Amino acid sequence: MKVLKSLITAVTLAGMMTGTAFAAQNVVNVAIVGEPDTMDPMMSTKDVVSIVTQHFYETLFTFNSNFEVVPLLAETMPTISDDGKTYSISIRQGITFHDGSTMDAHDVADSLNRWVKTASRGKGVADKIDSISASDDFTVMIKMNTAYSPLLSLLAFSNSAAVVYPQENIGEDISAVIGTGPYKLEAHKPDQYIQLVKFDNYVSRNEPSDGGSGARTQSMDEIRFIPVPDSNTRVEGILSGQFDFADGLPVEAIKRLEASDKAEPMVLRPFGWPIFAFNHKDGLNTNLHIRLAVQAALNEDDMLFAAFGDDAFFVTDGPLYPEGWFWRTDAGASAYNVHDVDAAAAHLKEAGYDGTPLRILTSHQYEFHFKLAEVAKANLEAAGFKVQLDVVDWATLGQRRNNPELWDIYITHSPFIAEPALNGMYSPTSRLGWKDDEKEAILAEFTTVSDPEQRKVLFSKLQEKVFEQVPFIKIGGFNALLGKSTKLNGVTKTPWPFFWNATIDD
Amino acid sequence: MPLYIARRLFGMLVVMLIVLTVVFVIVRIAPGDPAALILGPDATPEDAIELREKMGLNRPIIVQYFSFMTQIASGDLGRSLFFDTPVTTIIYQRAEPTIFLTLFSLLIAVSIAIPIGIYAAYRRGSFFDQSALSLAMLAAAIPSFWTGLLFQQYIAAGTGWFPVSGYGGPDANFFERMWHLILPAIVLGVVNSALILRFTRASMLDVLADDYIRTARSKGMSERRVVLRHALKNALIPIVTIVGLTLALLISGAVVTERVFNLPGIGSLVVGAVLRRDYPTIQGTLIIVAGLYVMVNFLVDMLYLAIDPRVKY
Repeated sequence: MKVLKSLITAVTLAGMMTGTAFAAQNVVNVAIVGEPDTMDPMMSTKDVVSIVTQHFYETLFTFNSNFEVVPLLAETMPTISDDGKTYSISIRQGITFHDGSTMDAHDVADSLNRWVKTASRGKGVADKIDSISASDDFTVMIKMNTAYSPLLSLLAFSNSAAVVYPQENIGEDISAVIGTGPYKLEAHKPDQYIQLVKFDNYVSRNEPSDGGSGARTQSMDEIRFIPVPDSNTRVEGILSGQFDFADGLPVEAIKRLEASDKAEPMVLRPFGWPIFAFNHKDGLNTNLHIRLAVQAALNEDDMLFAAFGDDAFFVTDGPLYPEGWFWRTDAGASAYNVHDVDAAAAHLKEAGYDGTPLRILTSHQYEFHFKLAEVAKANLEAAGFKVQLDVVDWATLGQRRNNPELWDIYITHSPFIAEPALNGMYSPTSRLGWKDDEKEAILAEFTTVSDPEQRKVLFSKLQEKVFEQVPFIKIGGFNALLGKSTKLNGVTKTPWPFFWNATIDD
Repeated sequence: MPLYIARRLFGMLVVMLIVLTVVFVIVRIAPGDPAALILGPDATPEDAIELREKMGLNRPIIVQYFSFMTQIASGDLGRSLFFDTPVTTIIYQRAEPTIFLTLFSLLIAVSIAIPIGIYAAYRRGSFFDQSALSLAMLAAAIPSFWTGLLFQQYIAAGTGWFPVSGYGGPDANFFERMWHLILPAIVLGVVNSALILRFTRASMLDVLADDYIRTARSKGMSERRVVLRHALKNALIPIVTIVGLTLALLISGAVVTERVFNLPGIGSLVVGAVLRRDYPTIQGTLIIVAGLYVMVNFLVDMLYLAIDPRVKY
């Protein structure tokens, strides 16, 4: 009993002495939504993987704050042949990996070759690439069999990313977490923390920091990512000062964050768009009139209000890109948010709808998905549909949507991506299976021409096709709530927040 | 006695074999694809098929079952699909918070429940007794996640004395890690004290009505001696049983509390593994937990021998 008493006293005293300030100085503690599935960013398209791994792995190019592609590990923008099929990319010299070895074009070429073989986004472009090779120690040549204008955006994207590994670590799996980034992996205790420390031999770019581009200042000695799956726990952690930054907070927390003297809200406006994805391979939605009936029946305004509650967190907006973005166009968007029950019923009649239930596959993983589904169900039933909500957990949804026999619509969401061609849903080979000759022709031209204005015109045609053919429905735009310490500075608002330029006031 | 122990050990082996088979079947018939989860939302169905092949999930189920049983027989719980680490290593890493959380919360539960249970029985029908019973019902009825959230908001974030969540960073020493367990241990301890309190009270009431208690009193023994030496000793068997069961339940993972306080213990490991469809981790963890559960029950039965000389096996 005496031993027990001593232990309790010791624990209590230790706790009282140290309080909650367990964190070392000059450390930024970041609460993320869960444990990254892998430390190999080529292997996953999940945001949480991108958020963590972009600190220790780098790509040849990145995006600045205007979503323009700019060089990162590449010395300059590449030289592209007149036919758009050959890219000559100069690599920066004097870059070292975390293991002390020097990066050269052979590391880059082998990494890119792995990317086209194993990464989802790389495989998507593999059939257009003839070869990737090092033409000398600091130049990489990419030879294409057709011009493909989104290539540089793909190479810049941190999601299913074309990062550079040391040549000797490349295999089917990556043998060690060694990159060129401003921070290196020091320790990883799954579900507890991922500790990154400053890489002393990092060679930053000299241009001013701008979005993900330019100088990476490494102001903090350490970045610690702490997986916190429960969103309320993330809220309490940021309010108590335990975390300096918290990702993915429930919108209801905004008032508490505003009232706090330790933390403040960061609203990512706009963050992304909820999507109703249609099955073109099997079932009811292979009939265009059924898809048009769904589009006519939905009341997106009600759906968004039910899902997000506060109009500070959503916008009822049909065009595929938000106001102020380069790709913004109103083409075809008059078909959005019409909530015309008669028109929907007419389309159903035209389709010869026989009362077969429309299966909507959704999950409680993202509560707003489920709320959108509930309102949609009411809208669709009012128009004459029979609706079957298949509410499953996220893992089951991930499996079922790969089988076209099991669903008609599944609900997902996406951040707005700088390059439209990176959205896989336009592709005839996606799980949606949207096939249309005119659309294929538009898409082929869109991914071939390089003139931005010409591409913009083509994108407006593509958007028009989306409203005509309804391969998916953009329900609207939504904002994301993040939280940061009042002392934390230098964090850019992005769906993939990074902390290499972060500072914490004393 | 040796025959009894041998019989019990054989029974435990049979139970574990059944557990192994049931666990294997349940995780396989549950829908969900670990490959699709790892690859993320933008991966194609073909990518998922390729990764399933690589993970060995496309083999016939019977082949997977025999491979699993052979592995277990050689003491290998397999390798996590998600962490790419042996399951035994993961369980070993997660054991510390769960073991200490279990011990602390059991200590709190027993410290609250047994004295109050004894006194409530002794003062049967009194205001104290009624209040203790009502509070015990309240503690059992309030969900632990709600109590946990209140503790986080008003005690941890409100006072700043305790961390809101987690188990300390890379530089946290043993005492700092233990400090992270105080609030969750109180939450769990209070919740689990309710059942122990009610069992203690009921068991004491039975015993206090017995003839030998009246005899002890008539011999002029002090009330303290009557209650603590004579009554409590004879009331211990149901109390030990319920404390043993509580211990086994806590070891199996205080799932909700670990989740709310973001503790990297066995409970949160199981939840995470289920959500990720990490079959080897689900199987390995459930096997260890079932084994501990069976073992605790066996030890409780053995403890009866020490408590009550009338018990003979």
